[in-house]
Amino acid sequence: MNRRDNTLYQQLSDVIKEQKKLRNPLIEILHRAQRIFGYLPLEVQSFVAEELNIPVNQVYGVVTFYNAFTMKPRGKYVINICTGTACYVKGAPRIIQMLSELLGIELGETTSDKLFTLTAVRCVGACSLAPVLVVDEESYGRIESRKQLQDIIDQYRRRV
Amino acid sequence: MNIVINGTVCYASPGETVLSAAKNNDIYIPSLCYHNKTGPLGRCRVCMVYVEGMNGLQSSCNLPVREGMIITTDTNEVKAHQRLVVDLLLSSGKHDCLSCEQNGNCELQDVAYYLEIERPSFNLSPPSIDIDETSEMVFVDRSKCIQCGRCIEGCNNTVVNEVITFAQRGFETKIEFDNNIEMGKSTCVQCGECVQLCPVGALIDKNAISKGRPWELEKVTTICPYCGVGCQLELHINRKINKIIRITGVEKAPANNGMLCIKGRYGFDFVGNKDRLTTPLIRNSEGKFENSTWDEAITFVAKKFKNIITEHGNEAIAGLASAKVTNEDNYAFQKLIRREIGNNNVDHCARLCHSSTVAGLAASFGSGAMTNDIKDINKAGVILVTGSDTTAAHPVISARIKKAVRDGKSKVIVIDPKEIALADYAEIYAAQRPGSDVAVINCLMQLIIKNGWEDKDYIQSRTENFEDLKKEVMKDKYSPENVETLSGVPAAKLHKIAELFAKAKTGSVFYSMGITQHTTGTDNVKSIANLQMLCGNLGKPGGGVNPLRGQSNVQGACDMGCLPNVYPAYQKVTDPKSKSKFENFWSKSLSDKIGLTITEITDSIIKGTIKGLYIMGENPFISDPDQYHTIESLEKTEFLVVQDIFMTETAELADVVLPASTYAEKTGHFTNTERRVQRLNPALKAPGQAKDDWEIIQLIANKMGSDWNYQTIRDITTEINAVAPSYAGITWDRVGKEGLQWPCPTVDHPGTPYLHKDQFTRGLGLFHAIEFKEPAELPNDEYPLIMTTGRVLEQFHTGTMSRKSQGLNNIAKPMVMISVVDAEKMSISNSEKVKVITRRGEIETNAFVTKRIQQGVIYIPFHYAEAPANRLTINAVDPTAKIPEYKVCAAKISKIIS
Repeated sequence: MNRRDNTLYQQLSDVIKEQKKLRNPLIEILHRAQRIFGYLPLEVQSFVAEELNIPVNQVYGVVTFYNAFTMKPRGKYVINICTGTACYVKGAPRIIQMLSELLGIELGETTSDKLFTLTAVRCVGACSLAPVLVVDEESYGRIESRKQLQDIIDQYRRRV
Repeated sequence: MNIVINGTVCYASPGETVLSAAKNNDIYIPSLCYHNKTGPLGRCRVCMVYVEGMNGLQSSCNLPVREGMIITTDTNEVKAHQRLVVDLLLSSGKHDCLSCEQNGNCELQDVAYYLEIERPSFNLSPPSIDIDETSEMVFVDRSKCIQCGRCIEGCNNTVVNEVITFAQRGFETKIEFDNNIEMGKSTCVQCGECVQLCPVGALIDKNAISKGRPWELEKVTTICPYCGVGCQLELHINRKINKIIRITGVEKAPANNGMLCIKGRYGFDFVGNKDRLTTPLIRNSEGKFENSTWDEAITFVAKKFKNIITEHGNEAIAGLASAKVTNEDNYAFQKLIRREIGNNNVDHCARLCHSSTVAGLAASFGSGAMTNDIKDINKAGVILVTGSDTTAAHPVISARIKKAVRDGKSKVIVIDPKEIALADYAEIYAAQRPGSDVAVINCLMQLIIKNGWEDKDYIQSRTENFEDLKKEVMKDKYSPENVETLSGVPAAKLHKIAELFAKAKTGSVFYSMGITQHTTGTDNVKSIANLQMLCGNLGKPGGGVNPLRGQSNVQGACDMGCLPNVYPAYQKVTDPKSKSKFENFWSKSLSDKIGLTITEITDSIIKGTIKGLYIMGENPFISDPDQYHTIESLEKTEFLVVQDIFMTETAELADVVLPASTYAEKTGHFTNTERRVQRLNPALKAPGQAKDDWEIIQLIANKMGSDWNYQTIRDITTEINAVAPSYAGITWDRVGKEGLQWPCPTVDHPGTPYLHKDQFTRGLGLFHAIEFKEPAELPNDEYPLIMTTGRVLEQFHTGTMSRKSQGLNNIAKPMVMISVVDAEKMSISNSEKVKVITRRGEIETNAFVTKRIQQGVIYIPFHYAEAPANRLTINAVDPTAKIPEYKVCAAKISKIIS
């Protein structure tokens, strides 16, 4: 595939052109790239490095350092389970277990229909709602039952 | 200023860190991630100390000293902290010292010893074995890595190869290459800087594994035998087996600051190779080599030389000296030719690399050497690199250029037919058609003058003949539009280059064979000199005209007068004053007739006027242009003596072969590209009966009836001090660790980092009006491609040394670089075997299809006897310097149909 002909790369190229002038634009560009491609495969990292004229090892280091970036394709919806202290005490491990059972995947995995990815994060700062999970940018608090989780999943299934 | 450490008042200099102040006052603070080259990283948290008035413990590696600071480094609290950190490191890695290569040289071991940690006390899950052995030279064991970050710092900020990085975070943090590629497949060039900086056994020299532990190895400092950068090496010698086990770079050495390239660090196998020549050989009546004693061989050579002189006169013998042996060896060699044989027929391979530099710069400035020094590279605002694949041929200089760019100190312009690695760091890259250099530079000068960017004061006060130059370069044929047609460099780009370069406060030019190896070599060099005078860039730090010398002692061999027109220190043989100086000193009458150059010697043998040829450490069979012509000449030589370390292709044709010692077995001096004279120190015994070159030469001289009496090599150094004014102050005792840069006229002179400071050697700098001329052979319908030649990073010259290292051979094999466009047109695929044909001959080699070479041009490295580029090159020479045009000839490529 010639990257220049690909519309996704075209979009990324435009983003880089616009961001390039700013100081230290790498992290923002990677965020935008992940939004465009859904994840950051090596190929995309090399493209960013070339366009910014920086070594590819620098890009790779940043991508693997931050939790926000992923090199594996993710599901359409990413379910982040907060495992901060408050949520942990209020039952985060149980939520992980229940969600794993409901979706049939382990932490870090994606369902075969590419709809959900299950990940754990450190504190999301909503301790008063503990235990909390965040799906994309929406958060759900005080989760106690399997039923609640099932409802959340179904709600997203219906959106497709 | 004064500070107090552990109750003792200590002196510290402002700006210094606590760690370094302690070190300077002989107080040990354990530390792991700090290395004086990579600076404070503040990662390992081992160097913690207590500072009165500050909360908690402080990391001493990045804490600047303050007047009156009171520091404690050895209380229970401090040590308990240090112990915890080191204990955690030990617990989380696989730190088994028993068979570890670093055992005895391991900084983790050192701090554990200091802190009295016997065994790790935390029971963490055992680290997974994570070994990467894909690299030829470097072995990676991540389970020993302590994540100190020194390798990363070195790779990215010292050698600027930008390969190693930290990946992941927290417990998972580990070093990776590029973006998670095995080291052997990554962009790593295996310079070994990471190995040198690694404090533990995570990155080690693969080929040194289990060949001797650090305390068994003796270290000897010497100078690298490969290119002209003059890197200082430390040879690690195992005395039990008389072998080099590993090589490290000398930290803080002036040329390399600890850096080396793959050849310098790993290409040492030739020294201990089983094929080394160990005894003199004489060809018998059946044409086979027979072992002989030194006495037999020397007697035979002396008798033959004398016979030739009696029968054919003393102009019938010529000698080729060597850019790979010491100044002293070369001095003795030219003395033999001039004094005992009685002519000036002495030359060496500088003829083939920088004779046009010597001729061109001598005409422009009065002195033909690199004007500036290596350490000031980053003082140039703009660095123009042209006709030099610096990263391949002078890797350590390339590292300094890349660092200047990454540090934001310099901008780089690359003008080269090949999109060299430095082009990736360049502000502007332009690909000119090979051989169009004069046109390009004249055009740049036209643009500079048109826009008034020239340095008018400088031209007025320091130079002459500007009007002539102006008249030539202002001609319409050098307009950007016309030069675009001629050179292929777009007019707009020429504008940009001219502006960027001329407006720089200081601009430097670095060039190499791409400028010199042309029939217009001298013109090219003079043009670069013109450009630099026009911009007022000479005689100041960081500027200058910087020809990079390609062999360890090519500068020295020239300085020692191994050239047919000059005595040592460029004193002309035609100048009666110089002649009588040497006649008095050597008490013998000398010839005032300029001798023959290499290319002329080859022709004169074929013509029959030269009968005897003495070659020391050169391999013209592979290195000289138009190989069939060279072979014909060598075969026709009535009496050929070759003195070398191996049975080279040239030695195979000799009548007598004399075994010599290598750089690792001898002492003496090399002069590097920046005119720095540095000392070699013997580390090994030479094999068998091999001798130092100067000893062999003295034996021949005395057998011919002379009375040489050099007891040691020092006697020759002293003689050089006496006869060569620029070397007068560079005495044996003064050279020291740093070496000295000539001119150094007296024993209290500090040496000269950059030339032409207040005036040029010749007084005023001389502008030359240079007209553009086409190369000798241009492509046509039958030979549609331009062939150019050069080096690759992993091999050196004719391969006599580098090709004895299997690792280097595995990486760099014969090839021809061809552009993607041309390859597609001819449907040639990558790695496909092809035939390259010129009017002189043909070779078979593998195609390397790449975007890095322009359409219509092919590039062949000349190291390989099995695919010799010089079978194809043309023996057309520059009229002044007699340098052959290795860089342009017409060629065609054809597929091999099996």
